[in-house]
Amino acid sequence: MSDRLIELRNIKKSYGRVFAIGGVNLHVDRGEVVGLIGDNGAGKSTLIKILAGAVRPSAGEIHVSGKLVSGWSPTKSRAAGIETVFQDRALAVQQTIVRNIFMGREITTALGLIDVRKERSEASRLMREIGFTSKVFTPDSIVGQLSGGERQGIAIARAIYNQAELIILDEPTTALSLTETEKVFRFVRSVRQSGRSILFIGHNIHHVYGIADRFVVLDRGQIAFAASRAEVTSAEQLIAVMERIAQPTGPGPIVDIAARRGAA
Amino acid sequence: MAEVTSEVEAGYPERPFLIRFISNNRAPIGTLGVLVVMMAIFFVGNPAVFSDWRIYNAVLTTLPVALFLVVPLVFIVTVGEIDLSFPAVMGFSCWIFAMVVQAGVDPLIGMLAGVASGMVLGAAIGAIVVYGGLSSLVATLGMNYLIRGAILIATSGKSIALVQLRSSTAYQVFASSIGGFPAQMLWASLFVALAVILFNRHKFGARVKAVGDNPDSAAQMGITTKRIRVYTFVFMGLGAALAGIFSTMINFTWWPTAGDAYLLPSLAAVFVGGTPTWGGIGTIFGGAIGAVIVSFIQVGIVSAGLDGFYVQFFNGLIIILALIGHRWNQIRYR
Repeated sequence: MSDRLIELRNIKKSYGRVFAIGGVNLHVDRGEVVGLIGDNGAGKSTLIKILAGAVRPSAGEIHVSGKLVSGWSPTKSRAAGIETVFQDRALAVQQTIVRNIFMGREITTALGLIDVRKERSEASRLMREIGFTSKVFTPDSIVGQLSGGERQGIAIARAIYNQAELIILDEPTTALSLTETEKVFRFVRSVRQSGRSILFIGHNIHHVYGIADRFVVLDRGQIAFAASRAEVTSAEQLIAVMERIAQPTGPGPIVDIAARRGAA
Repeated sequence: MAEVTSEVEAGYPERPFLIRFISNNRAPIGTLGVLVVMMAIFFVGNPAVFSDWRIYNAVLTTLPVALFLVVPLVFIVTVGEIDLSFPAVMGFSCWIFAMVVQAGVDPLIGMLAGVASGMVLGAAIGAIVVYGGLSSLVATLGMNYLIRGAILIATSGKSIALVQLRSSTAYQVFASSIGGFPAQMLWASLFVALAVILFNRHKFGARVKAVGDNPDSAAQMGITTKRIRVYTFVFMGLGAALAGIFSTMINFTWWPTAGDAYLLPSLAAVFVGGTPTWGGIGTIFGGAIGAVIVSFIQVGIVSAGLDGFYVQFFNGLIIILALIGHRWNQIRYR
């Protein structure tokens, strides 16, 4: 499978006798937006950390482009093209867009002097690539002037510059307004169009439904539900599934959960 | 992508250079305005004195010492720290310089020794603050007392006269008068110019600003934030050493209290110049102008015919007015 970017096989992570992740199979293909949904404590952040290499799984295999990678680490994660945009976006708001995109990775000429022209044209290209359409802002604009959605866009642009194949967006629409959320969606679609993949993590099922090609619901460290976009007809249906997972004894589910457990 | 218009695809429009320049340099331009207004008032107050070159020559003789201190202080404040120990570091490194010269060694070697001692001391102070996780305000205050105390103990408070400096190459190159213009001013200007490049065009300056702006983000982006903060203290040590050495060369004497008088005026110059207290942004050029303002207040007040008692009052007035001006001029983004 040439379009398979990364695949987790039976990943487990235990802290002492407690399983944070209890056997997860998850894959992301190229050019795909995967929506990962789950309540607090479902194991989302542990899964992100495992993908980023920050946490070592207790068991399981990680395959990159179909090949098993041993000794998974932050370096190997980065080499595989995985970049995480954390919830706080890690931007320096008093600096320009250019400075944020190249933070810690300045393009320099002799003696460590910054190649201003090259950085500016690269930033301009990246802003266009992610569909940054506001004409008010230039690469020299201060990030503090941007809206929350646009700041998220800059964080995504920075991830792309770092040669990301898979961008993990951790709760990218939390605390954003409707129009700002729409901006983030636009950035995500542009990234998908360029053949890159996104793992979109969120609480808000409406947001995830609006953007993902495939949905994965994590519950108490296991995949409780997985479906492609074609199989889910509305956000309400996803919400019903979530409610069913939270309350297995409640009214009957619309989608048969048991049949899909662990089948991501 | 329907939203991507041809205008955007053509690239982002750049505003005219002049407008961009003014907008990007609001703080230093404002400071320059303060200086111009202040000088105009002085000039009106006493045209005879202020149209004479000698008064400017007097300021330009001592201004370099302040510039060597203010410029690295801007780096320190921008990275989110503060340093109150630079007067003692200044006193210590020119003490090393004075002892080397007194021992009959070439003053050029003495300068190297002094600068090296300043940088080592700066590194030590920075390491204590950064790796010790201490408040730089309190820790450097303590270091200032500690180092000054050590100097006083070691020298029993005695000064060192260095008349032999006058005939040395070092003096000719660094502190003599070139066509009626103090040579030290040329060196200080060069220092300021290099610092402007380091601050605005070098990756070190970019990282200093990133660390001061959001240390967590900087660390996430792979910047070694602690090392950057220590480096700013090393740079402060370099500046303090140069300030001390130049001051000693100008006066042909080393005093055990050398540097003490520079603490508050230098800090004032940084903030009058338009560098905010919260870190992340700063201006070297503004700081230099701030140093000029602070240096001219004293000379100006007395020359304008006012009593010397007015100096502190006007010092305070300028600081407060400049701060209010910058507050209005600079938005703090969060």
